[in-house]
Amino acid sequence: MRALNKQIVFGLTIIIVDIFAAIFAPLIATHSVDDMDFFYIFAKPGEGGHILGTDDYGRDIFSRLIYGSRISLLVGVIAVGIGAFLGTVLGVVSGYFGGFIDTLIMRFTDALLSFPYVLLAIAMMAVLGAGLFNAMLAIGIVMVPSFARVMRSAVMNIKNEEFVLAAKSMGASNTWVIFQHIIPNIIPVLIVYSSLNFAGAVISEATLSFLGLGIQPPTPSWGSMLSEAKNYLQSAPHMAIFPGLAILITCLGFNILGDGLRDMLDPRLKN
Amino acid sequence: MARYVARRLVQVIPTLFFVILTVFLIMKMIPGDPAEVLLGPQARAEDIARFRQQLGLDKPVLIQFIMYLKRVLTGDLGRSLIYRQDVLSLILERLPTTVTLSLCALFIAIVIGIPSGIIAAMKRNSLLDLLVTVLALVGISIPIFWFGMVLIILFSLQLGWLPAVGLGDPSKGLWDIVSHFILPSLALGILSTGTIARFTRSSMLEVLNQDYIRTAYAKGLKKSLILYRHALRNALIPVITVIGLQLGNLLAGAVLTETVFALPGLGKLMVDGIFRRDYMLVQGEVLFTAVIYIFVNLVVDIAYAFINPKIRQSYRSV
Repeated sequence: MRALNKQIVFGLTIIIVDIFAAIFAPLIATHSVDDMDFFYIFAKPGEGGHILGTDDYGRDIFSRLIYGSRISLLVGVIAVGIGAFLGTVLGVVSGYFGGFIDTLIMRFTDALLSFPYVLLAIAMMAVLGAGLFNAMLAIGIVMVPSFARVMRSAVMNIKNEEFVLAAKSMGASNTWVIFQHIIPNIIPVLIVYSSLNFAGAVISEATLSFLGLGIQPPTPSWGSMLSEAKNYLQSAPHMAIFPGLAILITCLGFNILGDGLRDMLDPRLKN
Repeated sequence: MARYVARRLVQVIPTLFFVILTVFLIMKMIPGDPAEVLLGPQARAEDIARFRQQLGLDKPVLIQFIMYLKRVLTGDLGRSLIYRQDVLSLILERLPTTVTLSLCALFIAIVIGIPSGIIAAMKRNSLLDLLVTVLALVGISIPIFWFGMVLIILFSLQLGWLPAVGLGDPSKGLWDIVSHFILPSLALGILSTGTIARFTRSSMLEVLNQDYIRTAYAKGLKKSLILYRHALRNALIPVITVIGLQLGNLLAGAVLTETVFALPGLGKLMVDGIFRRDYMLVQGEVLFTAVIYIFVNLVVDIAYAFINPKIRQSYRSV
């Protein structure tokens, strides 16, 4: 139990630092995100008062990273929110009522799950057009089927428990049973799965922005920073290193937290 | 066994149908008139009208879908507007690069993943075990395109050991081709290495706790014999499923890897298609990849049944 808590604490620490950076970005950032320091273009880390150096326009990388955390967290929250909400609705309906609706929903999730995750998001962005809002929407929708699957099996695990059957035998309506008995009991699974998917959302945003389909320059996002950096790997490798590290560390945080929460809240999910 | 294969084959049909429907619907989400979008802003009104008719866009949506379904089932994925070529033939031209890349990545993931998973299971709670756990976490947390960039910076720009971008030149010999695939395969391979290692570890741990392993020890068999003949063989069965699932992810991950390493594969084709608004091409590619993904999963399932006698037998009695 102590080891598990360590995981949760470790993951949470990283996430809290991220949230802190996002909220207090104006106080933490040493420069404005758009200010060009003409005398220090491609400055190496430490040069000219730029902690992590500057990019091809002489913009401060550290400050852009700090502001970039806002985008990553925003996309994560909204996308996971969309995926978790729609997925839970579908999963609960599917798992609780069964029958034809269940078959229909499951066939549809099967079809969506037959697309590799990244590919579906890319295809949707190709159609919807680039931009922050569309990126959040696409990433969220792509998450729906797997959320639906997981929530469905969680519902099926408890819908035949005695307390649920007892409530039904006392004449409780389906709505009552779902909201009073089913939903509160699947929340742990929802929390664990959301945390693990948060990491996926952050990577997806970075991926879409890297391909030029997500957040557009000059808005600082970790993915779009990497997209610009790929042209200067030779002359300014630091432009590529730091945004990637930010993504890696943030995703590690959410994955470690998710793992820890899973072990604590729902050991059955462990494979 | 035949019954099982037949059953799995039948199950694929509705999935394929829904996949085609999904691709069709995604393309329906294009804002505005698809004919206008496809032809671009310079197109004349009469050209757009003619194009609409050619595509069947003037018909009801249901009819459009049936027409699309018919075309797809006969292998007609449409024509690329930018390449002025049949989409399917374009895809087949680029496929070898992507498949080679994915298979090399999978090979790396297996060669690193399985042994480290086994070692981690045997030396449970050791430093090595921790290392495998960390590697697995990093594997799912790292953006592969970034890892690719780091590899380029390190091994080709700083150390100068390997080429950074492009395909090799066949006239310069085999090594030139191989060397161009090493970094991309490594970059893509990390995606699966951790997952495979982690899965091997937990599967191995489960098997090592079984009664028959204890019996084997009690009989006084050599430890190496127990591990390789008794434990490993059974532990690797579920790992095969995971490996199969990875192949699908790798095909998709190749989109990113090809972008970083400028490899002319399916991924590059798709990204170009998106930016030049060649929706036919994108639509065809998405569908093609999804269909491959479905069939890879099918083959994996059947292979799994073939290797695992439990599944075979459960179907014999049905």
